[in-house]
Amino acid sequence: MFTGFMVNAWLVATVVAVVAGVVGFFVVLRGSSFAAHAVPNAAFAGAAGANLIGASSVGGLLVFAIAGALGISLLSRRGRRDVATALAMVVMLALGALFLSFSTQYASETYSLLFGEVLGVSSSELLPTAVLAVVAVAAVVLLWRLLLLTSIDPELADARGVRASHVELAFLVIVAVVTSMSVPVVGALLIFSLMIGPPAAARSFAADPSVAVLLAVCFSLATIWSAIAVSYLTTLPIGFFVGALGAAFYLAGRAHAVWSGKRVGSSGVRASRVVTAFDDQGARR
Amino acid sequence: MADPASGMMAGAGPPVLELDGIGVWLSGREVLRDVRFGIGPGEVVGLIGANGAGKTTIFRVVLGLLSPTSGRVLIAGQPRPRRNRSVGYVPQKIALDPEMPLRSRDLVALGLDGHRLGVPLPSRRRRELVDEMLQAVGAAHFADARVGSLSGGEQQRVMIAHALISRPKLLLLDEPLANLDLRSEQEVVDLVARIAKDQGLAFLISAHDLNPLLPVVDRVVYVAHGHVASGTTDEVVTSSVLTELYGHHVDVIRLHGRILVAASPGLSAERGKLEDSIDGATAV
Repeated sequence: MFTGFMVNAWLVATVVAVVAGVVGFFVVLRGSSFAAHAVPNAAFAGAAGANLIGASSVGGLLVFAIAGALGISLLSRRGRRDVATALAMVVMLALGALFLSFSTQYASETYSLLFGEVLGVSSSELLPTAVLAVVAVAAVVLLWRLLLLTSIDPELADARGVRASHVELAFLVIVAVVTSMSVPVVGALLIFSLMIGPPAAARSFAADPSVAVLLAVCFSLATIWSAIAVSYLTTLPIGFFVGALGAAFYLAGRAHAVWSGKRVGSSGVRASRVVTAFDDQGARR
Repeated sequence: MADPASGMMAGAGPPVLELDGIGVWLSGREVLRDVRFGIGPGEVVGLIGANGAGKTTIFRVVLGLLSPTSGRVLIAGQPRPRRNRSVGYVPQKIALDPEMPLRSRDLVALGLDGHRLGVPLPSRRRRELVDEMLQAVGAAHFADARVGSLSGGEQQRVMIAHALISRPKLLLLDEPLANLDLRSEQEVVDLVARIAKDQGLAFLISAHDLNPLLPVVDRVVYVAHGHVASGTTDEVVTSSVLTELYGHHVDVIRLHGRILVAASPGLSAERGKLEDSIDGATAV
């Protein structure tokens, strides 16, 4: 399991998991899950187009993913964000379908772009993946406080001279970079599950944002490592295990939140009842 | 209408904020017209008006989020710079996910350096400053609680600490008493009075009801239909000034220390409308 081509698989999957944990933390915090789903679809179109004209697939991924991020950001300044995101995604998916229809290796190509080929990662893919990972994590570290501030309330940030719309654009470009490095490895559909499940679970366990982001990375690593191991042993698709384990982490997080909420919440409920009773007695200021 | 420069009794020196003939047009509609008032150092001013009267637009202009069509905003006698640290802002209760991993202390720390790049290095001085601010607003016992899980009054106090930590000269509070129960309302008003007294900080507080703010405000700015009248409560909240501001007859009734503002029965078209206006006290 740890020899030959599998070494590449472990290395690349580890890098992808770390970056997905860090960036996914902010995807969940900012409520950008839908955008994180749309951008990989754009990347899928880019990879299909790049294969068609014989260009490098990482280049195609980057160009289309960033174009998708810019499209979402520009359109949502003028209208509703979910509609803008959906439109950008549909246009990109349609382009992807068009490019694939010209391709000769239709089925296998589609399958690997959507679901990834973590077990078939070549040594030449290691360097670009590592470079993009460093870029994405460095960008999040650089923008850490701005990302937190704009997640709380865009107007609060604007009032301090921080342009929330610029921060949002920068963040979508980071998502595009993460997507571009991950699509060839885990596929357009799976990077999404890795960016949502583990970080959403982590926020239930830690109230401190820096602890939560580290926890998100740990959960993300645990998800992908177990998925590779189980997939290798059972020869079942890795995608199933990534999705299922991500969801399992999320459910564990929910259970923890409900359990700890019950303990903390009870005194709060009593206090608000007292105040209501006070109001009911007709006390006026 | 009262002269904007009059009645600046608290503190001395140039006004921390001065609005000079502000006019705002938004999508072909005049939202504000010739708005002028000033706030002296350490002064607490209530910005009173019904929903849609123009209170939020005035805030957006002061914060630099909206450029006025005409007029000038002066901060400490100077035109408003793009990044202004001397005006703090506390938005209305923001809907945060109760599970958002962000503690009260994180939110307060972001008030200090949330606009900077990079990750803050753990520093004892920074931590002490955050603790001091949480203490100042009476939020020390929920310093490590998630901001989204706090009650409206608790969140309001943490947001005030977030704004206070950058040492502003003026704090804008947007409807701080909206949706608070009576006890929390009283706590926020007491907190504002204490900070204004101890730190000499000026406040501009928007509200649709003046009554809860009466113990703390030095002056009021009354907003209706994009026009304002400013001065002391006794100068502004009178039948003649408000009748001119609203453009139809308004009665002002003082009752056990409360002020009721109501449309005159003679001029109110339907009975239902009259009852609404008396009930809402300021909903003319």
